[in-house]
Amino acid sequence: MSGTLKIRMRGVRKAFGGKQVLDGVDLDCGAARSTVILGGSGSGKSVTIKCIIGLITPDEGVIEIDGVDVLKLPRRDREALGDRIGMLFQNGALFDSLPVWENVCFKLLAQGKITRAQARDRAVEALASVGLAASVGELSPAELSGGMQKRVALARAVAAQPEIIFFDEPTTGLDPIMGAVIDGLIVDCVKRLGATAVSITHDMASARRIGDDAAMIFKGKIVWTGAAATLGHSGNAMVDQFANGEREGPIQMELRK
Amino acid sequence: MDIILNPVAAVGRGVLGACRTVGDVALFALEALSHLFRPPFYGRLFLRAFLEIAYFSLPVVALTAVFTGMVLVLQSYTGFARFNATGAVANLVVLSITRELGPVLAGLMVAGRISASFAAEIGTMRVTDQIDALTTLSTNPMKYLVAPRLLAGALAMPLLVLVADVLGVMGGWLVATVKLGFVSATYLKATADFLQFDDVFSGLVKASVFGFVVALMGTWCGYNSKGGAQGVGGATTTAVVTSSILILALDYVLTEMFFAQ
Ligand SMILES: Nc1ncnc2c1ncn2[C@@H]1O[C@H](COP(=O)(O)OP(=O)(O)OP(=O)(O)O)[C@@H](O)[C@H]1O
Ligand SMILES: [Mg+2]
Repeated sequence: MSGTLKIRMRGVRKAFGGKQVLDGVDLDCGAARSTVILGGSGSGKSVTIKCIIGLITPDEGVIEIDGVDVLKLPRRDREALGDRIGMLFQNGALFDSLPVWENVCFKLLAQGKITRAQARDRAVEALASVGLAASVGELSPAELSGGMQKRVALARAVAAQPEIIFFDEPTTGLDPIMGAVIDGLIVDCVKRLGATAVSITHDMASARRIGDDAAMIFKGKIVWTGAAATLGHSGNAMVDQFANGEREGPIQMELRK
Repeated sequence: MDIILNPVAAVGRGVLGACRTVGDVALFALEALSHLFRPPFYGRLFLRAFLEIAYFSLPVVALTAVFTGMVLVLQSYTGFARFNATGAVANLVVLSITRELGPVLAGLMVAGRISASFAAEIGTMRVTDQIDALTTLSTNPMKYLVAPRLLAGALAMPLLVLVADVLGVMGGWLVATVKLGFVSATYLKATADFLQFDDVFSGLVKASVFGFVVALMGTWCGYNSKGGAQGVGGATTTAVVTSSILILALDYVLTEMFFAQ
């Protein structure tokens, strides 16, 4: 990896009720690059991202964004930092008391950057970029299918054009074509807008498409980092077993211990 | 030794836990209130909560008040008749409704409706990551979800109780004139004569406190719920039970404060 660092994590540990979920995570994410995080279900990927955003406070460790230790920031600065960050939650987390268009433009409205009238137009554009018709904007989130909710959530995460965007399983639950469209959108955010993207995905094809760099998390630690393009033939037995979805391999051996 | 000490330790833990909870709730309330003085203000959300309490609770509170007034007249008439003091019925009705029954019964009804709905809505938002999402969308969840509801609770309840007071007295008047043969004008005059500003005012202050407590317990339980649908269900139950008990307990404390000579 080359260029400047956007996010730097060192020795981040977090336990939930005696269960050590993160056990010393060290992770670097380059500025204006796309990093994908791989790992088994329940291995702590979502928790890692939530620690960076500040939704979960780690027990120990250092998390730097642009060289600033965010864990030591006073609350006001931390909130200001949040203005530059976008997040797609694994389950969408749309506000079901608001129509879709208001969900999509929520952050811009909250920051007072646009009026409610402008928000409707912006929402139509944002929805189009994730392959949704303008009429969807008037519906309530509960009226949408799971995949549509995911796409609305994605539109909401990128609508305010954040500097750093976190995608927690952006293509899970989407059909292959829509998945490719969403991958394109993520790549676009990085290449065109210069955003730094960190994505969690279980879809290797998607990981290779959207990722510059990749990191694998296992048992609460980052066990491998490398180029996303090499996934499946990286030379690391664990990563290759995971990427190729093989039943037997070092991961089973480790888990049996 | 353990057999003797274990129960003591359990009681100690319970007391400490209760103290911590009271502290947590107080801090939660203070933080929410501090947001009322700093922009942005969410007028739309305040209005929604206000209508939910003051307008949509009106039918159930009105029915409660009317029937309470009606029963009160029947019961007190029976009691006063033994002392040939039926003339005091109007006095008793207006006093007990404005001071006690209006605020307490309306408070309990609203506790059932509002604290449950606040806890369920905010609790669902918590377990589906919507509260975390608010944070990532440049919005403080305390300011957005809690502060407007607390303010609405404190301001809407007095209005509701004012209506309950009027309807309760009217319910009593109805039974007194139709069923018990009181002369309408005399009864109303007696009511008006006994109507004291202090009584009504103390009832409205109680109402405001109860409304705040109902909103506080609803939002607090919802905000801190965890563990999916079951957790939200538990939060809802806790919100209704604690706000009802707090209403009854605070009613005593406030009465003591207002009327202790
Ligand atoms: N708020 C929480 N309280 C308690 N335990 C938690 C909490 N959040 C996560 N965990 C635990 O942390 C572990 C890692 O969770 P996490 O959501 O990060 O998994 P993940 O890697 O994102 O998995 P998946 O691919 O299934 O989404 C899980 O075992 C989970 O039980
Ligand atoms: Mg996850």
